[in-house]
Amino acid sequence: MEGKQDVAEGSEALTSPYVLEYTYRRSLGPVVGRFLTGLREGRIEGVRTASGRVLVPPTEYDPESGAAVGDFVSVGVSGVVQTWSWVSEPRKGQPLDRPFAWALIKLDGADTALLHAVDAPSADAMRSGMRVTVRWRAERVGSIHDIACFVPGDEVQAAEPVAPAEPVRRMKSPVHMDFTIGAGRTLSRFLEGVVQGKLLGRRCPTCAKVYVPPKGACPTCGVPFADEVVVSDTGTVTSFCIVNVPFEGQTMKLPYTYGSVLLDGADIPILHLISGIPADEVRMGLRVKAEWLPEGERQPTLASIRWFAPTGEADAPYESYAEHQ
Amino acid sequence: MKTRCAVIGVGQTKHAAKRDDLSLAGLVREAALRALEDAGLGWADIDAVVIGKAPDFFEGVMMPESFLADALGAVGKPMMRVHTAGSVGGSTAIVAAHLVESGVHERVLTVAFEKQSESDAMWALSPKYPFVPPLVAGAGGFFAPIIRSYMRRSGAPVDVGAVVAVKDRLNALKNPYAHLHMADISLEKVKASPMLWDPIRYLETCPSSDGACAMVLASEAAAKRAPNAPAWVRGTSVRSEPAQFAGRNQVNPRAGVECAADVYAQAGITKPREQVDVAEIYVPFSWFEPMWLENLGFADEGQGWRMTLDGVTALGGALPINPSGGVLSTNPIGASGMIRFAEAAQQVRGRAGEHQVAGARTAVGHAYGGASQFFAMWVVSSASA
Repeated sequence: MEGKQDVAEGSEALTSPYVLEYTYRRSLGPVVGRFLTGLREGRIEGVRTASGRVLVPPTEYDPESGAAVGDFVSVGVSGVVQTWSWVSEPRKGQPLDRPFAWALIKLDGADTALLHAVDAPSADAMRSGMRVTVRWRAERVGSIHDIACFVPGDEVQAAEPVAPAEPVRRMKSPVHMDFTIGAGRTLSRFLEGVVQGKLLGRRCPTCAKVYVPPKGACPTCGVPFADEVVVSDTGTVTSFCIVNVPFEGQTMKLPYTYGSVLLDGADIPILHLISGIPADEVRMGLRVKAEWLPEGERQPTLASIRWFAPTGEADAPYESYAEHQ
Repeated sequence: MKTRCAVIGVGQTKHAAKRDDLSLAGLVREAALRALEDAGLGWADIDAVVIGKAPDFFEGVMMPESFLADALGAVGKPMMRVHTAGSVGGSTAIVAAHLVESGVHERVLTVAFEKQSESDAMWALSPKYPFVPPLVAGAGGFFAPIIRSYMRRSGAPVDVGAVVAVKDRLNALKNPYAHLHMADISLEKVKASPMLWDPIRYLETCPSSDGACAMVLASEAAAKRAPNAPAWVRGTSVRSEPAQFAGRNQVNPRAGVECAADVYAQAGITKPREQVDVAEIYVPFSWFEPMWLENLGFADEGQGWRMTLDGVTALGGALPINPSGGVLSTNPIGASGMIRFAEAAQQVRGRAGEHQVAGARTAVGHAYGGASQFFAMWVVSSASA
């Protein structure tokens, strides 16, 4: 059927590693803050609810009634494994670097279970109903990791004293996730063109609009794109922003100017750096051309265009791009 | 619709740059308890909880609705989370209203929050994604070119943004819950503040806030037993559109126009400028006041800035906009939309305190999110029909 041929057919979809990481800063509130302060001091505290249950670890509010919880109660450092799961290949950041069990442990005096690691020689040494006891870390800072792990048995090991300090109110919570991002076939085909110094758009068979970079289907008409169209690397700045704000994770040197560039032959602008002109002279309607990295240095990313720089032509009339903002 | 729905309780936290005294659970709890108190109810009286917040990685807590169930008395009750980016506070309230209007529940607690101090929204909104250069610098970087386009299209004087920035900060002085209380704000100060994302200056930008907002929504029967005046929900609407398509009008998005038209039709409003007494609209950067005045049908296209400069939108003007101080004075992102909806309700309940618009009977609450692509609005009134 005409117009249905997928020009991206046969292109290999590109992938790229992508890391999302950040260290959140938690305010703990009065209840969890006191629990972690207790751990630093070598003590495990829970809270008593109106119905007399002791919650360890404590929650701020009673799950049964929604009421605020009552008094803090010290509980034992030994308890009973309720259930468990063996970890034969520990992962980075887990409490132990050798095989161990995750276990729900009901400490003596508590009515709920705490999740922690049990350092057992093998899965055969684990069973529900077994008794386990805390092993404290020597350097304690007010964290669940102040409990290094639990060990089988009832032998209590005293916590080494730590220097007195302010109550714990905050904790850092780092997250790290590794992804593999796939560009998909349509974008991959476009990026192959970028490596060759070409900008390949695609035209909607229904509304005839040209999208660059192309998508799989027209967002307005909902139909797959048809013809591939080579779009000019010269265009018009339709609007822009001069960025002066530093922020965490930023890699661009400040200040920088980026703009919406409507490439000649395209119907939707792309965002890119505007350079080769003082920031205060950048204007709507400015005619610009892509400044490509040299052929051998181009990668499958729009960053293979270093920036867009003025062509020296007269500005485009406002009417020519007014509908692209 | 099986029954009418009314707001019978409203609660907000004291919003601040950092509520270090509270956990996330404690933050939502503070707002929820105030809403229950206003409604004269306890946890047991609530049938269901609807919660909203901005994207998970703003705080790094996945499925916060489950995590916060204890704090919101929701154990054993229906609880769900709504997610529509920055408009979420509005659409969350709308989902709660629909649960009441449909006759499914009598009393629904709805809560929205953000604890921006635990993270960095600029980081969260500026991912260094593969295949594209890392250009966009947060929401301000995204919206700055759109504001520039509005300025060019409308021919508005360059002062308009500063006028909004001053008006909203002066309004916030009358709102004890507002984050920013800048008694010495002035046009000169705004214009002298650093240019962050040209053409947006520092003082034309919303703050980063910790805060939560809660409302109790009730059926007609339940509202009649409420101790304080209800705000009747007269219309609700949600619309969205793709972030990018050829010929997209980013300055005056069609989804916003249609959202407003729909909500006015439900409420029997044909001339919004005359029939609406006060509006709380989502203005994170000052220029969005005139832009949304046009998008929401309060002004003709290209004319919204005249209402701002003529003082129409000031407290005491013919159509006060954001008498609470707005998003420019308080921005716990996920809660910001619900604060707009709740402040609109407080106005028609006569419970807005020092920033009360005298005689307000009909009010609009508005929120938007994403790349100006998600819209949520409601109309509330002191009269049920």
